[in-house]
This record gives sequence, C-alpha cells and structure tokens, in this order.
Amino acid sequence: MLWRTLLLGAGLLALSSTQALSSTLALAGEVSVAVAANFTKPAEEIGAAFTAATGDTVSFSFGATGALYAQITQAAPFEVFLSADNVRPAQAVSEGLGVEGTVFTYAIGKVVLYSPWIDVTDGAAVLEEGAFRHIAIADPTTAPYGRAGLESVEKLDLTEAITPRIVTGQTVSQALQFVDSGNAELGFVALSQVMGKPPSQVWTVPFDHYSPIAQDAVLLKAGEADPAARAFIEFLRGPEAAEIIRKYGYDLEE
Amino acid sequence: MLSLSEIVAPVVLSLTLALVVTALLLVIATPIAWWLCRSRWAGKEAVAAVVALPLVLPPTVLGFYLLIALGPNGPGGAIASLWGARTLAFSFEGLVLGSVIYSLPFMVQPLRNAFEALGEEPIEAAHTLGASRWQTFFRVAVPLARTGYMAGAVLTFAHTVGEFGVVLMIGGNIPGKTKVLSIAIYDYVERLEWGNAHMLAAGMVVFAFVVVTAVTMIERRVGNR
Repeated sequence: MLWRTLLLGAGLLALSSTQALSSTLALAGEVSVAVAANFTKPAEEIGAAFTAATGDTVSFSFGATGALYAQITQAAPFEVFLSADNVRPAQAVSEGLGVEGTVFTYAIGKVVLYSPWIDVTDGAAVLEEGAFRHIAIADPTTAPYGRAGLESVEKLDLTEAITPRIVTGQTVSQALQFVDSGNAELGFVALSQVMGKPPSQVWTVPFDHYSPIAQDAVLLKAGEADPAARAFIEFLRGPEAAEIIRKYGYDLEE
Repeated sequence: MLSLSEIVAPVVLSLTLALVVTALLLVIATPIAWWLCRSRWAGKEAVAAVVALPLVLPPTVLGFYLLIALGPNGPGGAIASLWGARTLAFSFEGLVLGSVIYSLPFMVQPLRNAFEALGEEPIEAAHTLGASRWQTFFRVAVPLARTGYMAGAVLTFAHTVGEFGVVLMIGGNIPGKTKVLSIAIYDYVERLEWGNAHMLAAGMVVFAFVVVTAVTMIERRVGNR
C-alpha cells in the first residue's frame, strides 16, 4: 500500500515537472539558420548577441550558398537563409520556398586575394607576374566570392594565364584551407575570413573589378509562423548587428 | 544536356584511378597480408588495427590529414619536388597515394583471410617436397588464395570508384586530373542540374551492377576448379 502511494506520488511529480520543463522550453525559441560559409564568424557573434538580448537560441548551418539552397529545395528545415548572393533568396520567393517581402541585403561582401606565403601588397602585380603554381578559389557556380575572383582576374586580362592554375574548393572555407595548408600559394577569399591579418597577406580587390556581392537574406516558409525567426531577422537589421557586420569588413547598404 | 566530353572525362579518370590503385594494392597488400597471417610477433594485431584504420576513420578526417601531409610542409612536398612540383595535392599522383591508403584494408583483409584459410598443410607439404620459400609462396599459396585476390580486387576497385570524401579534400576539382565521377555528380547536384546528375549516377549504378555480376560469375568458375 505504501509502495503504491509512493510510486503514484513519484509519477505525478515526474509528470508535473515535465510539464513545467516543456513550458519553459516553449518560452525559449530556437531559430534554425542556414548561412553562407563566408559569413561564419560574424554570424556566430550575431547569434550570441541575439541570444543575450532575447533568450532565444540560434542553430547555424554553414555551407556553400548553392549547396544550402539545394537542400532548401528539398525541404531542409531551415527557417532563415543568409545567402552570399542576391539571386537565390529571390529565387526562393519565386519558387514558393521563401516568404514574400522578407528579402533584404544584410551585407555587401568584399573579396580579397590572400596569401601567407607571398607578399600580396600589390596583388595585381603578383597575379600578373604569375610566380605561383596554384591559386585557390571557391566554386564560381555556387559561391559568389569565387565568381568575383574570376571576374577580377578577367578584368586584369589574365584569364588565360591563370585558369590552368586554378584549384577549386567547394566553399570559400575550403579555398582558405588550400591556402593555409600551403598547397595553394594564394587564393580569393572573403575579407571577413582574414580580418586581422597583416596587410602584406591581404590584397583588397578594387570594387570595380567585380560585380558587387550583395548578400541577401530571406525568411523561409518553415520559419513563417515562428516569432523567434522574425525576431532574428529584425535583430539582423538592427544597430547591434550592423556594428558586428562592419567589424568584419562588410559594407552595409546605405 | 551533357556533352560527351563532360561524361567521358570524369568516367575515364575514375576508372583509371581505380585500376591503378587496384594494381598497386595487389602488390603492396600481399606481403602485408602474408606477414599478418604468418607472423608470431606479439604486436602484430596492433599493426592489423593500424591497417584497418581507414575502415573506421571518416574519409574527411583522412582527407584533412592527407592535405597537410601532401603539402609543401609535409612528406608529399618532398616527393613532389623530385619532379619540380610544390605539392602532391591537386594531382592524379596525390589521388593515387590517398586512395592507396584509403583502400588498403579492403585488399589486406580478404587476402589475410584467404591466406589463413590455407592452413599449415599445403605449406608444409611443399617444404617437404623441396620447394623454396619463394616457390612455396608463388606456386602454392598464391594460387590457393585466388578467391581472396578476386574479392580484394573487386572491393578495392569498387571502393576507389566510389571515393568521395578524400578526393573532395585533396583534389581541387580540376577537370581531367582530379575531377572524378563522384565529384562531378556532386557538382551537378549543387548546381541544381539534376538531369545531368541523374545521367551520370544512373550510368555508375549500371556499371557497378555489371562489374559485380561479372566478377561473381568469374569467381564461381575460377574458384571451383
């Protein structure tokens, strides 16, 4: 008799505490965000600031814009998409995967020529001289920074000379790996990935050498009904996020 | 639609890589498997575990360490400088090296099992009949272990054709040199060119089916003689 009462009491206690637990969890939202690889560092900082400000957590998935978009078309459960271009968010809306009216440019990217092995203070001269075996870029068809790298090479009239030496990474992160591991002497990466490196290692490509990298974000259908997802987008457009974004070398639309 | 050259190049590359790696491993794995079978050394199972590591390690881990090892700061750079290159990454030779390491257990395990299945009697019989150790190995042990060789060759070949993670890490996606079939299919998927991806992938499935069936049939004939 005593055991049964004790068991019943324990059961009720467990039930009520799970109820309390789940209602607490329901208060703290979680936002699932797909982010282009070049924006990894600023995104993590913005996510931390967002959690500190609102209590909602963010879970990020980083990858090449093209790969992420392919997953989104196959119903990947992302709620917000931070692309590296302005093509795919618009495509998402027109294909019914994104919520209309939520597309905006969250950052304007800068592509740089990076090398810890060769002095690239005058990057154009280094490219023209051609004293290197391999130059790494991200896949131009899926990563806008790779496309921008190719465009700048073309602007310098060096396409024929440089093309046989190009090695392609899946993302800007992989292009950076190829350079950092020494396998490629230099490579085109995003400025945010090499912030803080000495000027001899980073050459900021002049803006007229490539079409601007306007990075757009969009709220996806999966996040339409989630207030935390909308809150994250609002935060991304706000002053605190703007400071972080600028800190990592991106421009903002004025 | 895929042009013929877009199909042929990665297919030929994958097949060439698989053939070269299989041939190399037939030679490299034989002494390893024989030693693992015949040795009485206490540490031999530790060696067996090291050989089997690529079975368990994720290909991206292997690829990551290979990227460092093949580069100018690693042994790969030293080897590459023999013919004036900086690094073994981004080259067919680098892929061969990576694939040999990656597929090593797929050749060693079947060979070791086949050698162990021989037992002592055929070896002892050959010795009593006056055969030298080389003669015993090449004229008694190897022919008796031929099903192990077939199994190892098929597994290694198939495993190398399907290789993706390692090539992704060290290949650099260079058409004609390191853009193998699995990478080409992945590229098409990423670009949402699913029609092309279907074509290449379906071709791969058909090929794999034909190869496995053919080898199984050959195994039956050869094994039952």
